[in-house]
Amino acid sequence: MITAALVFAFGCYGLGLLFNLWRIVNGPNSADRILALDTMVINIIALLILYGILRGTAVYYEVSMLVAMVGFVSTVAYSRFLLRGDVIE
Amino acid sequence: MSAVLDMIGGLLMVGGAAFLALGGLGLVRMPDTWTRIQAGTKATTLGTLLTLAGIALIEPGWALKLALIVLFLMFTNPLSSQVLARAAHRAGLKPAPQTRADALADDEGRAAE
Repeated sequence: MITAALVFAFGCYGLGLLFNLWRIVNGPNSADRILALDTMVINIIALLILYGILRGTAVYYEVSMLVAMVGFVSTVAYSRFLLRGDVIE
Repeated sequence: MSAVLDMIGGLLMVGGAAFLALGGLGLVRMPDTWTRIQAGTKATTLGTLLTLAGIALIEPGWALKLALIVLFLMFTNPLSSQVLARAAHRAGLKPAPQTRADALADDEGRAAE
């Protein structure tokens, strides 16, 4: 039961990541690409924890926490770059 | 009891994964940047929260740690989408032709007067 739910969830996550990748490859401008990267990071946070459930280990929890923090900071930095043209003033 | 929790958790997990896939579909299908932002951030936030809630039901020992990630996501996702939307607006991207109102442009026009 849990295994079937996990397999379905992995399929859905792969589909969502493929859609995000499509938007990164031919997004018309850089704001769309930043948005697709941000969405990808959110997907990967949950995907890592699902993988931890599958393997029965809690190591991936820390990894996904780090990915969440780095993803947030990088999205804000990209947006600042779009806004100002440089990140560090 | 544990079997019931497993079943509810599995259902939540499947629902969250479906939300994430549909959010990705919205990212591909929506007409302009702002509608894509609302598909790509709101739907995926809900999907991730549902998935993490399902996992917390399946593995009750992880619930506190997962609550930390949920809290972090609930703080940062709206922030990053707002920053991104304002950057896109400031970069001068044009909205889709059927857009009716642009409150930020109205505000800035009023501030400039």
